[in-house]
Amino acid sequence: MNLATRLLLVFSVFVIAAGYWLTDFDAHFAFRGDGRWKPTRAGDPANGKVLFAAGGCVSCHASSGADDRLHLGGGKPLKTPFGTFYPPNISPDPKDGIGRWTETQFIRAIRDGTAPDGRPYYPSFPYTSYRHLSPDDAIDIFTYIRTLPPVSGKPPNHDLTFPFSIRRGVGLWKLAFLDGSVIEPESNHSESWNRGRYLVDGVGHCAECHSPRNFMGAIIDEKRLSGGPNLEGKGIVPNITPDKTGLAAWSEADIANLLKDGFTPDFDSVGGSMAEVVRNTAELSDVDRMAMAIYLKSLPPIQGQMRSK
Amino acid sequence: MKLHHVVLVLSLSVVATIAVASTAAIGERQQVMKSNGAATKSIMGMLKGEAPFDLPTVQKALATYQENTTKFVTLFPEDSKTGEKTSASPKIWEDMAGFLAANEKFKADAKAASIAIVDEASFKSTMPNVVKNNCGSCHEAWRIKDAQ
Repeated sequence: MNLATRLLLVFSVFVIAAGYWLTDFDAHFAFRGDGRWKPTRAGDPANGKVLFAAGGCVSCHASSGADDRLHLGGGKPLKTPFGTFYPPNISPDPKDGIGRWTETQFIRAIRDGTAPDGRPYYPSFPYTSYRHLSPDDAIDIFTYIRTLPPVSGKPPNHDLTFPFSIRRGVGLWKLAFLDGSVIEPESNHSESWNRGRYLVDGVGHCAECHSPRNFMGAIIDEKRLSGGPNLEGKGIVPNITPDKTGLAAWSEADIANLLKDGFTPDFDSVGGSMAEVVRNTAELSDVDRMAMAIYLKSLPPIQGQMRSK
Repeated sequence: MKLHHVVLVLSLSVVATIAVASTAAIGERQQVMKSNGAATKSIMGMLKGEAPFDLPTVQKALATYQENTTKFVTLFPEDSKTGEKTSASPKIWEDMAGFLAANEKFKADAKAASIAIVDEASFKSTMPNVVKNNCGSCHEAWRIKDAQ
């Protein structure tokens, strides 16, 4: 073996090792290192219930076909261009749900997108937004979920197209796109604005549907909340920045009202996935809905696509 | 005019009629929805306590819903699946029976409410369910808004 061959061999080993390490599920810690948060107090199920509604957990995790929305057995298929996702069972069932999870495991799941066994969740689980939650709030949600009925049964595995079917790739995806930390209040804004920002950008994860995404499925930051194609099929999701293609003509009360009863100022009733979102936001307080409206109206207007009337 | 000219003109006019027919259906169903919206607007203020209760206005809105649902189901011919910025989901034609059933439920709920609502108390207990269980859930399943 000559020197060139040896060097090439060493180099190849190095590249493979680096590639393996970069796709590690926790590689992003080495760069951002803020994932090891711990709660500072015991969980508060009342606050957890509010955040659970704001987070729309039931919209994906309710048992497929069940009447009771608080049966969190999962399995309702979510069809996307990447394939079909089957949301997991997050009921407190010890065998099939999250009944045996520790608080740390729950925080890791919701904020870092990492399962207790170390595998990464696909970002169809919006941990890119939930990442902004404080560990205390995350634990409040966990505490609330544990008060709900256990449901047995595991949904099927995700059915994804290549290359998205390689779960290890999500490690690299997280390294590239999982950014952000807990949303802390900004003192130059009102309490309502700060609450609204926490609800919209954090637990409410509005941007996950109301933003265009790049070819790797990550939100295009400069177009955040300006609407985009509907990943679940035909049609577009509307712009919710205060641009004339978005909410420019809407008052804060109009937005808060839509989140309560689903009606636009023209008394059209929202449809598609937003009908389900309104079932969740209807459970929030008027104060929280108004806070979301105040924050949305304060955003810089970004041009998006107009939708048909 | 030769025979094949006649055939050509005839077939063109048939095509034109179909195009006009489906365009008209889309426009008409959009009008029906606008009318539903206006009827809803007339009662939502009362429901929120922002406007005084007025039984004739409520009954008129419920009558509008019933007339509109009767008309609405006739406005979905096979050739009106696309065009004119329609927001109708393709699912309507894939599951016409389900769509008709949803429409029929709205009509039945509006009719039942028109009998049940006799005063402000019965209005406040009955009306929210008519709106909540029909508008949003129907749009959830059967409507997709596209780019303008």
